[in-house]
Amino acid sequence: MDEKTDTQTGRLHLMNLITQIIIQVQELTLLIWRVVRGLTRRPRYWGETIRQMDNLGFGSLVIILLTGTFTGMVLALNSANTLQKFGVQSVTGQLVTTSLIRELGPVLTCLMLAGRVGSGIAAELGSMLVSEQIDAMRALGTDPIKKLVTPRILALVATAPALTVICDFVGVLGGLLISITLLHQPASVYLASAREAVDYNEIIGGLIKPTVFGFVIACIGCYKGLSTTGGTVGVGRSTTQSVVASSIMVIAVDFLLSKLIISLLLEP
Amino acid sequence: MTKNFNAIEFQDVSLAFGDRVVLNRVSLQVRYGESKIVMGGSGTGKSTLLRLVLGLLKPDSGRILVDGEDVTDYNEEQMMTVRSKIGMVFQEGALFDSLPVYDNVAYRLREQKVPESTIESVVMRMLRFVDLEDAVEKMPNELSGGMRRRVGIARALVGNPKIILYDEPTAGLDPITARTICELALKLRDLEEVSSIFVTHRLQDMEVLANEYVIRDDAGNLIFEHEGDRLCLINTKFIMLKDGDIIFSGTDEEMRLEDNPYIRKFLA
Ligand SMILES: Nc1ncnc2c1ncn2[C@@H]1O[C@H](COP(=O)(O)OP(=O)(O)O)[C@@H](O)[C@H]1O
Ligand SMILES: [Mg+2]
Repeated sequence: MDEKTDTQTGRLHLMNLITQIIIQVQELTLLIWRVVRGLTRRPRYWGETIRQMDNLGFGSLVIILLTGTFTGMVLALNSANTLQKFGVQSVTGQLVTTSLIRELGPVLTCLMLAGRVGSGIAAELGSMLVSEQIDAMRALGTDPIKKLVTPRILALVATAPALTVICDFVGVLGGLLISITLLHQPASVYLASAREAVDYNEIIGGLIKPTVFGFVIACIGCYKGLSTTGGTVGVGRSTTQSVVASSIMVIAVDFLLSKLIISLLLEP
Repeated sequence: MTKNFNAIEFQDVSLAFGDRVVLNRVSLQVRYGESKIVMGGSGTGKSTLLRLVLGLLKPDSGRILVDGEDVTDYNEEQMMTVRSKIGMVFQEGALFDSLPVYDNVAYRLREQKVPESTIESVVMRMLRFVDLEDAVEKMPNELSGGMRRRVGIARALVGNPKIILYDEPTAGLDPITARTICELALKLRDLEEVSSIFVTHRLQDMEVLANEYVIRDDAGNLIFEHEGDRLCLINTKFIMLKDGDIIFSGTDEEMRLEDNPYIRKFLA
């Protein structure tokens, strides 16, 4: 008897959750549609877009440098260990570089951005909403989608790939550092091997990912911020949800994109 | 065709959030040059009423007319033209946190791409009107509650709107600051012929707005006078909201004669 009601409430919760998700996806799509439609019409806030690039993109540089360096270092350390068993330690550079360009560069950069930028966007827009600043903006004749949402999306779409390239680059250097100091491999061997990995299609694939991730993070951050309810407490909730949702989306979309990139670019 | 005397008109306007009916077939008119004082406990839909005028919300049914134009079905873009005729003073000021006082007041003109030299003179004139010229470089978080409201008023006055909506501009202020805000409203009503909706639940505001008026003497000085035998104010009317209905509409003299227990309690 008890068990039955339990499964029933369980099922009810699940239905609620699914309905919630469907509604949110619908609203998110509507938001994106309004952004796209707005792109074709004046006014356009280029100044605001540049400011957001500086704030969201350049402002994340330090954490991306740290992430990239340490990731490259640990990759070199781990892979060298395994490669040594097969006597092919000389391909360490290639392994580090491929892993960074394909997977770890885009994903780690964008997870960092989801944490730093996605939460920032949701918190900022959320607190503007609950303090009626968004309403004030509309009352003063500005479309908040154009003034707040579009510049953030454009800024992140532009800076996420750039930051990923930086992350990849310092990652390779981090690997180099470990190769020289701990693995006692000559720099020339590591670099020659690393160059093997750099291939036109690999790079294109490695840039498509962060572009899409940047878009996803900015959209979710803006959507969560603008759908804040319940005052100041609600802002905290939106912020958390934004980080969780965009992190999961980055990883899920990464899988889909990897599949697509492998079948279209890398093994045509 | 009948001549239109109404700056704002609601015809049978209803609005519900889910199951909660906030406005139930509300009809009201605000004539040109008239101030309508809207009273009622918190959560009775006073802010909602103002948001409907601005088109920040749309009614479930009924018509809303602003300056003789039926704006009920206007889209966001059409609404922008209507909003340029309206100044809104938000509950806590709703100043843009990231902008200094000057930029807050200049906001509307910046959006309209007005030349900076014109902007400066307008901004300084508005700040002089609310007596805050010294605060021009301050950030909103450095201002007191009363100063924030006054900056909010200055920002709303840019563009010389003939309709002004005040959302509890005196709530939470000390009596002297509250009186200053009411005097600003009197000056706008009596000297600039502004039509307005003034939301408040303070009896003191009601006393000031219903019984006092301001004139400019020959020397250009402003004089605040009490209504008396010489003159009885007819340009200030009252509305009392309760549970989605207008339970009173008329002058303050009429309101004092009402025997509705809710109103008696309110006036006690
Ligand atoms: N966007 C909204 N969604 C759901 N309920 C709302 C919304 N805005 C206002 N309400 C509800 O409508 C009622 C009236 O709100 P409001 O107009 O702000 O009241 P007040 O008279 O205090 O200004 C409140 O009960 C509030 O909870
Ligand atoms: Mg209110």
